[in-house]
Order: sequence, then C-alpha cells, then structure tokens
Amino acid sequence: MSALVEIRDLWIEGRSDEIWSPIINGASLSLKKGEVLGLIGESGAGKSTLGLAAMGFTRDGVRISKGSVMFDGIDLITASAAKKRELLGKRIAYVAQSAAASFNPAHKLIEQHTEGPVQHGVMSRSDSVEDGIELYRRLRLPNPEEIGFRYPHQVSGGQLQRAMTAMAMSCRPDLIIFDEPTTALDVTTQIEVLASIRDIVEQFDTAAIYITHDLAVVAQMADRIKVLLKGDEVEEADTRTMLSHPKEDYTKSLWAVRAFERPQKPAVHTNATPVVSVQNVSAAYGKIPVLHDVSFDIHEGRTVAVVGESGSGKSTTARCITGLLPPSAGVIEFDGKALPANYKSRNKDQLRQAQMIYQMADTALNPRTTIGDIIGRPVQFYMGLTGKQKRRRVEELLEEIEMPAAQYIDRLPSELSGGQKQRIGIARALAAEPKFIICDEVTSALDQLVAEGILKLLARLQDDLKLSYMFITHDLATVKAIADEVVVMKEGKVVEQGPKQEMFVPPHHPYTDLLLSSVPEMDPDWLTNLLNERGVDNIGDAAVDKMS
Amino acid sequence: MSTLLTLVLILLGVAAGGWVLRFAGQKATGNAPMFRDMPYAVAFGYVLGACLLMFSVWYFFQPTVTEAGVPNAGVVFFRWAVQFFILSAIAAFLFRALGRTVGTRGSKKLFRQMPLTASFGVLVVILYAFTAIFAAWLAPHGQEAIFAKVNVLPGGNAATGGDPLFPLGTDQIGRDLLSRLIYGAQNTVGIAFVTTCLAFFLGGTLGFLAATLQGWLDQVLSRAVDVLMAIPSLIFALLLMTIASAWAGSERWLLTVYMILIIAVIDSTRVFRLARAVGLNIVVMDYIEAAKLRGEGLGYLIFKEILPNATAPLLAEFGLRFCFVFLTIASLSFLGVGIQPPLADWGTMVRDSAQFINFAAFSPLTAALPLLAAGAIALLTVGVNFVVDWMLHRSSGLKE
Repeated sequence: MSALVEIRDLWIEGRSDEIWSPIINGASLSLKKGEVLGLIGESGAGKSTLGLAAMGFTRDGVRISKGSVMFDGIDLITASAAKKRELLGKRIAYVAQSAAASFNPAHKLIEQHTEGPVQHGVMSRSDSVEDGIELYRRLRLPNPEEIGFRYPHQVSGGQLQRAMTAMAMSCRPDLIIFDEPTTALDVTTQIEVLASIRDIVEQFDTAAIYITHDLAVVAQMADRIKVLLKGDEVEEADTRTMLSHPKEDYTKSLWAVRAFERPQKPAVHTNATPVVSVQNVSAAYGKIPVLHDVSFDIHEGRTVAVVGESGSGKSTTARCITGLLPPSAGVIEFDGKALPANYKSRNKDQLRQAQMIYQMADTALNPRTTIGDIIGRPVQFYMGLTGKQKRRRVEELLEEIEMPAAQYIDRLPSELSGGQKQRIGIARALAAEPKFIICDEVTSALDQLVAEGILKLLARLQDDLKLSYMFITHDLATVKAIADEVVVMKEGKVVEQGPKQEMFVPPHHPYTDLLLSSVPEMDPDWLTNLLNERGVDNIGDAAVDKMS
Repeated sequence: MSTLLTLVLILLGVAAGGWVLRFAGQKATGNAPMFRDMPYAVAFGYVLGACLLMFSVWYFFQPTVTEAGVPNAGVVFFRWAVQFFILSAIAAFLFRALGRTVGTRGSKKLFRQMPLTASFGVLVVILYAFTAIFAAWLAPHGQEAIFAKVNVLPGGNAATGGDPLFPLGTDQIGRDLLSRLIYGAQNTVGIAFVTTCLAFFLGGTLGFLAATLQGWLDQVLSRAVDVLMAIPSLIFALLLMTIASAWAGSERWLLTVYMILIIAVIDSTRVFRLARAVGLNIVVMDYIEAAKLRGEGLGYLIFKEILPNATAPLLAEFGLRFCFVFLTIASLSFLGVGIQPPLADWGTMVRDSAQFINFAAFSPLTAALPLLAAGAIALLTVGVNFVVDWMLHRSSGLKE
C-alpha cells in the first residue's frame, strides 16, 4: 500500500524583522492509511508548523521554501486554492489545541458541526445532524442527543475537545491532524479524550498526525514517533522501539525527565510551629461556596503539594492565604500568629513573607517593564535599596536563577523564552526574601525539559534559603518530583493528606486513586490496560456495536 | 438618463475586462499561482483601478479654460489636488531620506522603518509646530493689521486680481490672509493641544481610578459620564459657552480659558470610557495582582503598571481626539462663540469667507479663499492621524 501522505525534504521559513529564518530544515515523513504518527518536541521545535504543512497550509509570515507535500497523489504545495478548498475539511481535518478558542461562540455546536459536510456536499443538513449525534455518542459525550444544541460556553473543556474531534470526523477524512488536543485538560478528562480519539481513529481507519510535547500521551496514541528539535529531525521509530531503545542523546534526555525525584525529607517535630497553618478555612465567591473546612500545615523548608482537577479549589486556597479572598470562616496563621484576612490590612512585613509565583509568566510580568525593574521593584520597596546597591542585588538574584545578569537585565519580558520568564517570576518572589512561596501551577505551561529545570531550581533554592512552598499542581509527576507532603482536594474539600511516600502507596481514597491512575505512563499499553480495568472500553464498544 | 446608461456600460466593460485579464494572465503565465488563484473580484478591482487611473491622467491634461472662455473649475481644482498630492509625496520622501542620513543612530533607525505616510505626518506636525511657535517672526504682517486693499485674491499675480504684497490675498476688511493663517496655527492648534492634554489628564486619571478601585466610585463616575454623554456635545458646548460668556464679561482671555475647560470636560468623558475599558482589561492581569500583594499604592499601580500598557490605545485616541477638539473649536468659532476676534482663527476664517465657495464655477481663485483655512485644518488632521496610525502599528508590533 502506498503512502497517504508523503512529505519529502521540506524546508519552511518564518519571517521576523524582514529576515527569513528557517523553522523546518528538510523534514521528511510518510504516513500510511490508518496509521498514527506522533510528533514530539519542545515548543519552537516546529511540530505545529510541520503538522500544518502536511495540510499544505502555512501560517502568516511563514513560507515553504523547498520540498514537496504529497497527499494521495496530489501535490499540496502547487495545488490551486480551489483544489485545496475541496480537500481541506473533507479529506484532511485539523483539531486545534484550544477548542474553547477555536469554536465560534455565537453558534451552537451542531451548527458548526454540519457546516463542513453541507459545504462539501457530503451529506444533507439533517443527515449530518444525525451523524453528528452518532459521533458524539461514539466519542462518549454525555447526552449525545442534546449536547450539540448547546453553545460552546455551555460545555466543559474536555467535552468541547471531543466535540471538535467529532467535527473533524464529520466528513470522514483520510487524515486528521491533532495539535496538542489534551494539553489544556486535567488528567482525568485527558483520559476520556484520549480514549475516544484513539477509538474513533481506529474505527474509521483514519490516518493521524498527533502533535504533543507529552511523551506519555504520545506513547498511548501513536504507532510511530518522530522527535523534532529546533526544526531538525532527531529520530523516528516505531513507538515500542523508540520507548525502549532511544538512539539519540536528545531523545534519551527527554525520556529521563520523568525520572527526576527528590528524596523525601524527614518528618518534622510534631510540636514545631508551622510556617503557614491553614485552619478550618471556608470561602465563597459571592454566595457560591468554594472551600469547605480546609486545613493543612506547611513547615519550614518543606513543600506541600496541593493536587486536584480544575475547579477543586486549589487556587482559591492560595487566594485565601494571600488575602485576596478573605475566608468566610477559619484562620490563616503565619509563624503561629493569625494573619489579617484581607491583604489590605496586612503590614508590609506580612506581605513580604509570603510571595507568589504564577502559572502564566506572560501575564505575571508587566510587558512594558525591563527585567531589572521587575526584580528591582520589590528590592527597593521592601529592602529600601536604591541606585547601585539595588542593581547589585538584582544582579545577585539573576545569578541565583542562573541567568547571566549582563545579558538579561535590560530586556523586556517579550524577549525571553517561557522558561526564562518563569525564572524571572521566581526571582521577583525571591527579591522580597520571603519565608514562604506559593507556586501556582508554575510548570504546567512549560516544556518538560524546561519544567524540570525550574523544579530543580526551586528545590535548590529551598535547600539554600530554607523556603517553604505550597505547590499547586494537577500534574502528579511534578508532585513526585518535588513534594514532601501532599494534599488532595476535590470540590473544595481536602480528600486526603499525608507525606508523599504514603500517598503513592495504596490504599487510597477512591478519588486519589482515580487521580493517580489517570496519570499517563510511558508504557504504550497503559491506556488499554487502564480502560480494561475500569471497564470503560466495553461501554464504548457496546455503543459502537449497536451502531453498526 | 444617458449618464446612467454610460456608467452601466462602463461597469459592464470593466466586468468583462476583469474576466479577460484573469484569463489572459492564466494563459500568458502558464497558470502561475498569482493568476490561477485570483478571485474574480480582485481581477475586477485591478481593471477598475486601471480605468480610474487612465481617466485621472486624461482629466488632468484637459484645458483649464473652456472654449467659451469660462474657467473649467473641475479641472482647476483637480490639478491643484494632484499637484499638492505629488508635492507632499516628494516632500515626505525627501524628509525621510534626510532623516535616514542625519541624526543619531536611534533616529536613523526610526526613519528607516517609517512608511511614507508617517514621514509625511511627522513633517506636517513639525511644520505646524514650527509655525505656531515662531508665528510672530514668520508672519509678514500682524494678525490684527488692516490694509486698504480688501478682497485681494490669492496668487500674488496682479493680472488675476492678486497683489504680491499679500501672497494669499486679504479678507473683506483688508487683513493679510497669510499672516492670519500663520497666527491661526498658534491660536487654534495651541488651544486645541492644551484642551486635548487637559481632557486626557482628566479622563485618563478618572478612568484608571474607576478601573482600579471599582465599586461605588466607578458607579458614580460612570453614571456621571453617561449623563454628560447623553447631551449632544456641540449643543452642550454652545450652551455652556453662552453661560461662560456672561461670566467672562468683557475679559476676552477669560472666555478662552472657559472654552478650554468646557471642551476638555466634554471630551474627557470619551477618554474616561476608553481609559476605564482598557484599564479593566489590565487590572485582571497577574502582574497587577502581584503588585497589589506587594502592598503597592494606587499611584504606583496606575502610573507604573497600568499606564505603560494602555499607551497604545490612548495614543490612538489622542490623535483622533485632538482632531475632534480642533474641529469643535473651529466650529464654535464658526458659530461665533469660540476664539474671539481680532485673534486669528481658522474656524472663523472659514466662516468669514464661506460664501465665496459659491463662486467656484466662475472664479476658482475666489473660491480658494475659504479652502485655505479649511485645507489647513484638514492637512493637520490627516497628518496627525498618519503619525498616530504609525505609532499604533509600532507599539502593537512590539507586543507580538
């Protein structure tokens, strides 16, 4: 059987400041019908660009300079706009990373679903609605008959992502490109989306290119894996071979990331005063209660990881501790003394002692302020240093986060990479010389190698400066890497808490169990085994059997 | 009827031309992507554009005087417009070339990235500022000086009713128009600039305050602004100016101060809305939260965290608002309550000579009188907007 997609020696360039610089340097790939190819690499590796190029499409300011993209015997680079319009949507479909941003909020899901088939003349509108409902059922969406008649904002993120997959499937394409479809989802939701995508791709014998930076995910989905680094192909192999015998050093380093784990620290004295003590805190947004009776302690030099899916109240707890959301009941003690509930009534020293690092470094750093000023402000504000002393302190802090001061001090945040921005966020928190830092999902927006660097930096700073961390995350690999104690939250309540080594050994609270078992592992059979264990696959198959 | 028919026929011709162009292009270039993927509308546009260009060239070379000896006003004005356009383009090009060779490294780089429109805008703004500042030295006569020769036509040519002493002619009571135009720059542009700055200071500060503090302050300010905005602005300004003129009595300068305040307050409502909307988008950012948690005061939040991120939309609004304020002053002066005579003002100058526009068909030079002041207003408006567009483009380009 000949290849469905055949990309040969493809070179792609991107334009910045009127100069064309290479993005993809001579990539080649071929994909047979029904085969799933995983594309992995860090951000900036050119995964998405290559994925889009397989559709014969380039983003604005990007051009294909050399090479060929053949789809079923049609050269997509030289094909006319009319010819491509005929193919895209009908025979080639695309599933974007953020379904929430990709759906038109003004139309119901089914309206958007039927648009493709009707435009391409594949089905009539009523047939397409019926087919949409069947696809929703196959993708295990709840209430498949009704869900299509909702607007995108009335559906959860994971459901929206599945609705988008259904939409891509609406014309029964030969090729689907999945661009990080589960990156923005919780682990528990991710599983459902992964399982349904895998099923539907298998059922219709569709070829797929699966772009992701998560190795464990790609291990479940792909038949073959291709690793990219800065536009160059590192290696390509069959999933099992790739996982067990990676050849290149870069691939090995990617594989090793998940191995980082800090040894558990000895338990603290029971009578030691915790740095932060959250006692029976309840909180509400307006009249809607969000937190119910949350209590936990954070001791000096320890990391408490707070885990749970989105909406479980992790970040709200952090907002209570910082005083942005005064709790409706309960106290927050710092070094044994109760803190005023509202941050406005706290004094400068109380504010200084507890600092925060944000998830999105992009919105956490003022884009119009230089790095020197961002870090310099707390130095000046809290320590009263000015002029040369301030600059020296800023330089020290930059050294501390392993960024050469001379090179970065006068840059703007937009001139830094994601990981570097996050380091600046850390330096800003350190500048206040706090005892306690809240890390709100600090690594979830970063590539794994970069995230590992950040975690190692945080661990080193903790040892050097005796810092205490409250580490909010939904990624259990991160928890394994850095936590001393773990607090599991669900629907605003603490479900389980204890030292890390106890948390990773059964028996668990059922929710902890679900959370733990949902973290993808590098074993390609993991998803299949898990679904068999949970019995979900059978439900899916039964639905499929009924249909055919 | 026949005109309509001709128009329809021409359009049909163009429509056919578009199809032919695309087809011929496809054949001639062996189906190159440019012609192959060209939508029909684009081909139609090319042909229509080419036809208009040819018509313009033909029209430009028509005689200015018809065979009957009557001036062909349309052609005259069209020639003036085209000549002015070409001259401005050349001036802008030369100015940019100058900026690229003279000056510091930073300014050279700035000029190198500048589009022609922006360099034209900068040139206009510099010329106006220069004129306004050095009006007393530049003007050949005083703005209040009255001469015996009234209604001299522009051009300075005695054969066409001009006078070399007064290159742009004189008005009905014998004041030199060139001098008054130059002083007008000082009065009108200066006052408009002060007013706009005041409006921005007022509206911007209150808008950011409302966005940062929210709660009842926001409610009170926003509702007050709603009330002010509900009244048509020109009528409101007229009403207030009438009251103000009673207060000012015989103190002419006091009336100008009142005018500045009144227009500033009325225009600050628009600035307030923009500043509040932009501010609300910024205060939800994490860096604002970080600054709040650091214990920063309101002043720091507004001027160091919010303002730098709001400059792009505010700048764009500044350009527009400046033009609106400028036009409001001109229209108030036109209506007789703005800048008071004998101070020269462009709005008043347009009003004084407005009726001459009726002579356009017989004597284009006479009709040019009101166009001088009106053109001065239009040129500045266009120039300022070019500059602001460019600044906006630059600042948004920095972000992404």
